[in-house]
Amino acid sequence: MEPGEIHALLGENGAGKSTLMNVLYGLLTPDEGEILVDDVPQRFGSPRDAIGAGIGMVHQHFMLVPVFTVAENVMLGAEHTTGIGWLNRRKARRDVAEVSERYGLRVDPDALVEDLPVGIQQRVEIIKALVREVDLLILDEPTAVLTPQEIDDLLDVMRSLKDAGKSIVFITHKLKEVKAIADRITVIRRGQVVGAAQPDASEDELAALMVGRSVKLTVDKLPASPGDPVLDVAGLAVVDDRGQRVVDDIDLEVRHGEILGVAGVEGNGQTELIEAIMGLRPAIGGTVRLNGRAIHDTLGHQYGTTSDILARGVGYVPADRGHDGLVADFSVAENLVLDTYRRPPYGKGLSLRPTAIRESARERIDEFDVRTSSYTTAVGTLSGGNQQKVVVAREMSRPLELLIAAQPTRGVDVGSTEFIHGRIVAERDRGTGVLLVSSELDEILALADRIAVMYRGKVLAVVGPDTPRERIGLLMAGVTGESAAEETDE
Amino acid sequence: MVGPGQVMVSDVVAESVAVHGFWTRSRKSGLVYLIVGLFAAVVFGLATKAGETATFTLSTKPGGAGLDLPARAFAIGFGLVCALTGAALLAGYFRRHFGATTAVAIVSFVLSFLCWQVAGNDLPLVGLAQQTLFLAVPLILGSLAGVLGERSGVINVAIEGQLLTGAFCGALFGSIAASAWVGLVAAAIGGGLIGAILAVLAIRYLVDQVVLGVVLNVFAMGVTGYLYDRFMQPNTQAYNNPPTFPAIHIPLLADIPVIGPVLFQNTIITYLAIVLVVVVSLALTKTRWGLRTRAVGEHPTAADTLGIRVRLVRYRNVIMGGLIAGIGGAALTVGSVGQFGKDMSNGRGFIALAALIFGRWSPTGALLGALLFGFADALQSNLSSLNSVVPSQFLTMLPYIATILAVAGLVGKVRAPAADGKPYVKS
Repeated sequence: MEPGEIHALLGENGAGKSTLMNVLYGLLTPDEGEILVDDVPQRFGSPRDAIGAGIGMVHQHFMLVPVFTVAENVMLGAEHTTGIGWLNRRKARRDVAEVSERYGLRVDPDALVEDLPVGIQQRVEIIKALVREVDLLILDEPTAVLTPQEIDDLLDVMRSLKDAGKSIVFITHKLKEVKAIADRITVIRRGQVVGAAQPDASEDELAALMVGRSVKLTVDKLPASPGDPVLDVAGLAVVDDRGQRVVDDIDLEVRHGEILGVAGVEGNGQTELIEAIMGLRPAIGGTVRLNGRAIHDTLGHQYGTTSDILARGVGYVPADRGHDGLVADFSVAENLVLDTYRRPPYGKGLSLRPTAIRESARERIDEFDVRTSSYTTAVGTLSGGNQQKVVVAREMSRPLELLIAAQPTRGVDVGSTEFIHGRIVAERDRGTGVLLVSSELDEILALADRIAVMYRGKVLAVVGPDTPRERIGLLMAGVTGESAAEETDE
Repeated sequence: MVGPGQVMVSDVVAESVAVHGFWTRSRKSGLVYLIVGLFAAVVFGLATKAGETATFTLSTKPGGAGLDLPARAFAIGFGLVCALTGAALLAGYFRRHFGATTAVAIVSFVLSFLCWQVAGNDLPLVGLAQQTLFLAVPLILGSLAGVLGERSGVINVAIEGQLLTGAFCGALFGSIAASAWVGLVAAAIGGGLIGAILAVLAIRYLVDQVVLGVVLNVFAMGVTGYLYDRFMQPNTQAYNNPPTFPAIHIPLLADIPVIGPVLFQNTIITYLAIVLVVVVSLALTKTRWGLRTRAVGEHPTAADTLGIRVRLVRYRNVIMGGLIAGIGGAALTVGSVGQFGKDMSNGRGFIALAALIFGRWSPTGALLGALLFGFADALQSNLSSLNSVVPSQFLTMLPYIATILAVAGLVGKVRAPAADGKPYVKS
């Protein structure tokens, strides 16, 4: 690393990027090898040593205490105290103000972190590092949670840091951003550096380097030929666990044979919307109909349990497969029949039919290319991509009317992503209506036939697949056409 | 159907109405207060003989200044006050001041009850307040121990065991050295030892903290019970006869009427308890130690990435908590009767835990909770000496009923430190 350089570290999920950086930051200790800072070998036993050597890190999952103020988070671990041992809050506030002034990172030092949007929380993380006067800043997947506009802001901040002589390691798997900002690119795969590239390399070249073979970055699909509506959501309102109204008067329609993409930054009500459709969460207003028959009616009554809704031909790939999609300690075969084990041929009366379960597991492992040593392997031990394929295999093995897929390729390698995307398109072509929820705009653009943009519990617009990225990005940030002029500043 | 009160609610409230329907929490509570208040007015009012007066004496001397209230009228009156606040809540008023309204309802219910009980008799208010504080001391120190542990992310269910061990060590070593001070120090160390065992097993060996706490309580009961039977009991003079701390009269302040005898004529342990509440409360919000403790209790990984040694902070806090709970145990022996009795902590550690939750994990809140339970306890002993018609068994239940009501009903949803009870393992 040179001073004033932005060095991108490119690699797939699980390639070892984050591990490498955690070693650099003293959170993990290396088994062998050396770290040199200014040509001096270093041994970092803890992050304290790394900070001392001028290295700061912004983690993928923010390391902020939600109930603390910005200033408290910034001073934590490096507190200044007054003569009698009280915390010097005034100095902490001044430090925050000074750094945010110098690098254009506007933030209120007295705001509670839990009240701030993620983009601002990320600024707090950067300020935290800068107050400690680091020379090298590691940004671990910093753009994963941001809207396109917030990403642009972040890239601006990175440029101004670079101008101030700070070096940045930028970890990502998104090729566009790398090309936009990096001075130098290192690609790693399975824990090894497999190549270096210049930012003028094409996206295809970079992707091939990252995956180890050439990949298709686009999804082949024919134009949709939509039929009758399969899912009809009207005026739906849902509250989250804290009683906040996070789905607010939503109207949506998914037709047979089309993919409706729901774009939006995570946490804008997508999860609650889907959970309400699946009967996992009560609706407080509005109706949901599947093929014309109600799931939720206007009186707030829900027809049938989630299991009944599944049996009516709904496939559900939840956003958090570890939490909602799989039982980690169960075998692959058991996980494949979680929805159908009660019914023949897998179950009869009080008992299960192991032979039938085994047979179908074998078939599906083949069909969906699940890389597992056997069908008895515990699902929790598989890689993220293969776990996801188990979920997809289960949900797509029934005749479906509607497929709900939330973040279907999160934490999934490029190869499996290609595969899953292909299956979703194939399902559409078979006439199934698909509701695809993703916070990755690229995924939405690649798959969707129509795009609904969600912001703060509302659908701001439903647009066609050819809508420019920028316009969807603005919608994701809550800027609709009419108010775009005044709000672009925010 | 739209209820009568619903038309005028603001937008903010409209949302919660939409979620919970007509029966919001404050309406449900209001209905309960209304029924209970009417019950008090009718039953306590009718049970009180007309013409009797209830005397609440304010002086420490018998026959001194006091309040003479016509018992029946006031029993009915306070009952109606309780019912009225309930009705107001039910009609949709005061929902923003739910806590205060609830306090008014409960206090007036208790006063109504007291008017009936004290009718034809007198209740020494100063004595009641003194006892409240005295009985609250072990609870204050116990829940302070809980605050220290839990704010750093370690649940301390072993407060009971720490109190008991503290009481035992205080009596034993106080007797051997013939010094209450030695007893106090020994008590702190005894409680600290239980704290240390808790810390090592919970932080280093990742044992489930609730199970561990329960086990440590049983352990403390077993060990102190055995040693008591085997050594203390046969040889009370030598091993269970510690000197006790005298009440210290703080010059001038102790002479203030009413307040003086309650607040400024106590033993050193009581003063220590109050000082510790203030110190811990300030330290938690204003010092580096406090900031780091809270960070470790809320988001240990974040603290770790900033170079804070999570486990060290937890060890220190849990052991410090043990020391404080041990002092609370000393209040039971060298701070009081000067004798250890088998299982003498008698569930106080659990009530301290309730006080901690009631106080929402803050030292001052825990103090209030402890005083509330202390009051229930003091009331119970005062009423049984008035030959109350209420069976003594029911009176003995008072502190525990207060505990259940306070923790289940009044507190509602509270937010514990986010990492409370979760061991920190570096990944």
